[in-house]
Amino acid sequence: MTLSVSASGHAVREDLLTDDAGLLLVIRHFESKLLDLFDRGLLNGTTHTCLGQEHVPVALAPLLTEADFVFSNHRGHGHYLALRRDPAGLLAEITGREGAVCGGVGGSQHLLNGRYLSTGVQGQSLPVAVGTALHLARSEPGAVAVAFVGDGTWGEGSVYEALNMACLWRLPLLVVTENNGIAQSTPTSMELAGTIAGRAAAFGAAHHLTGTADVAGLRAEAAPLLAAVRAGAGPHVLEVDVHRLGPHSKGDDTRPAEELRRAAEHDWYAPLAAARPDLDERARRFVDDIAEEVLSRPLSGWRP
Amino acid sequence: MRVAESVNAALHDALGDDPALYLLGEDVLDPYGGAFKVTRGLSTRFPGQVLTTPLSESGIVGVAAGLALAGDRAIVEIMFSDFVTLAFDQIVNFAAKSVSMYGRPVPMPMVVRCPTGGGRGYGPTHSQSLQKHLVGVPGLALYEMSPFDDHRDLFATMLGREEPCVLFEDKILYTRQMFTGGTIDGLFRYDRVGEITRVGVGVGVGDPTGCDVALIAPGGMVHRALAAMRSLLLEQEISCLLLVPRRLYPFDGDAVRDLLGGVRAVVVAEDGSGGGTWGAEVAHQLHQRMWGQLRRPVTLVHAADSVVPSAAHLEHAVLVQDTDLRQALEETFLG
Repeated sequence: MTLSVSASGHAVREDLLTDDAGLLLVIRHFESKLLDLFDRGLLNGTTHTCLGQEHVPVALAPLLTEADFVFSNHRGHGHYLALRRDPAGLLAEITGREGAVCGGVGGSQHLLNGRYLSTGVQGQSLPVAVGTALHLARSEPGAVAVAFVGDGTWGEGSVYEALNMACLWRLPLLVVTENNGIAQSTPTSMELAGTIAGRAAAFGAAHHLTGTADVAGLRAEAAPLLAAVRAGAGPHVLEVDVHRLGPHSKGDDTRPAEELRRAAEHDWYAPLAAARPDLDERARRFVDDIAEEVLSRPLSGWRP
Repeated sequence: MRVAESVNAALHDALGDDPALYLLGEDVLDPYGGAFKVTRGLSTRFPGQVLTTPLSESGIVGVAAGLALAGDRAIVEIMFSDFVTLAFDQIVNFAAKSVSMYGRPVPMPMVVRCPTGGGRGYGPTHSQSLQKHLVGVPGLALYEMSPFDDHRDLFATMLGREEPCVLFEDKILYTRQMFTGGTIDGLFRYDRVGEITRVGVGVGVGDPTGCDVALIAPGGMVHRALAAMRSLLLEQEISCLLLVPRRLYPFDGDAVRDLLGGVRAVVVAEDGSGGGTWGAEVAHQLHQRMWGQLRRPVTLVHAADSVVPSAAHLEHAVLVQDTDLRQALEETFLG
């Protein structure tokens, strides 16, 4: 992946995007930048940041190839940045500037770049992912379809229609569930009966639960699952317990301070920033530079 | 050849011509061959391309969209068009939107086939004509089967649009015969201009635009339209031009206006329930183009603003009959 922010004369710092720690920090500062731009009235619409969940796509990205289909959701900036390393294109998309990955039409939650695609309706992507997995199984064996969903997504009927077909047809599908314990404002305990593991088991889909926030550790756990899916073992569900540090979108977090404090205890950021302050500062400046450059671009052009 | 056999033959040809074309649906495998036998023989001949699916209309349409996204093509059979509501999100919010919401055209070659309409006593949830609910969706085209059409060309045209299409197939037509050779009977002839079939006394042999009144109706209404036109001509010497657009939406108002010529009285008919109808869209387009020419506003004929009852006498009263069409044509012409 290459990146160019040369229009503003700033150096391209690709190493930030090829190093796990650098990528984590870039995503964190990117999301923080978005909230900052919102506060300053510089962003239109809405956005859903992945603060606290960055390690999931960073861990999985090197395990995926350009031939794999990846389906993301409303909380997908981290997925996109980890898989496509294109912060300028994403920020241009979110701000409707030239160079936007989808012309500014899709915005935060409707992105398409190669075989990476996100949609804004919960559960909608899973049957589509099954369709791509069907294609891959028939025409491109070894490639997989990966769908990122949240715990709240498991309320949608489409999830079960999709899992049923994927298991019936033994398709190469990995459903990554980032379980942050809350769907917008409602705790998972108030909307999910039983467990995700139990639901996966009902269809005969393999399920793996982990709570690690360590990139290398998560990658090591996910690698054999993906290898099995690629080899034709059928659908797998990877459930990662994560902690949503920020609001659902912006300023709409109704959780009590104590709960937010507990979530923050799991944050990887402070230890990493303390251990590598130079890298943290470089990532922050990198994102600052991109934001400055992108916001100076002309508005994106598009005609219906 | 019956209409169901024509569509079946077209599907055989389409699957044979294109190894990347899939057909998915419930109960579509042999020996059953689909609830209306339209998929008969396909799974035997193309076992790798024809998939029977769970009862998951939303999921199936999503799978079709995924296949299209990955470079394949897909045709989905919804057993009864009433169930297409279950796939509304996948059609409207994914497949149709994907054509343009990513800022550049994304090809989505897929067709959702919908056996449609009443007249068979199946009751309120198996007899509807839901076309109007899908009118006006950006990136979505609506077609309707007719006894005139070259169905092989129809599927090629729909898949060639590279955007999702919904094909409405009036169930009553399946067992009717296809019209061939440009002749309906001793009275009427037909020909096709672009996406529109025109039927009348003079079509193909003279000037079809000298008719007294015109009727615009989708394929499912053809036989009732012909009966109305016949009695109107023989009993009152009022000549009617019938236009059957196979593409319902986007509706080509210019093409219809051109075919109407000097006609000053127009009726639009459909099987959907009253209120927010396809015909209202057609009428609006014609009013925009022909207001000064029309003797009076376009007349809308549709089913009652009602569910479709099961009992034959109740269903009959709710749905559009040939007598309703004749009355509307007569009143519109005589003013």
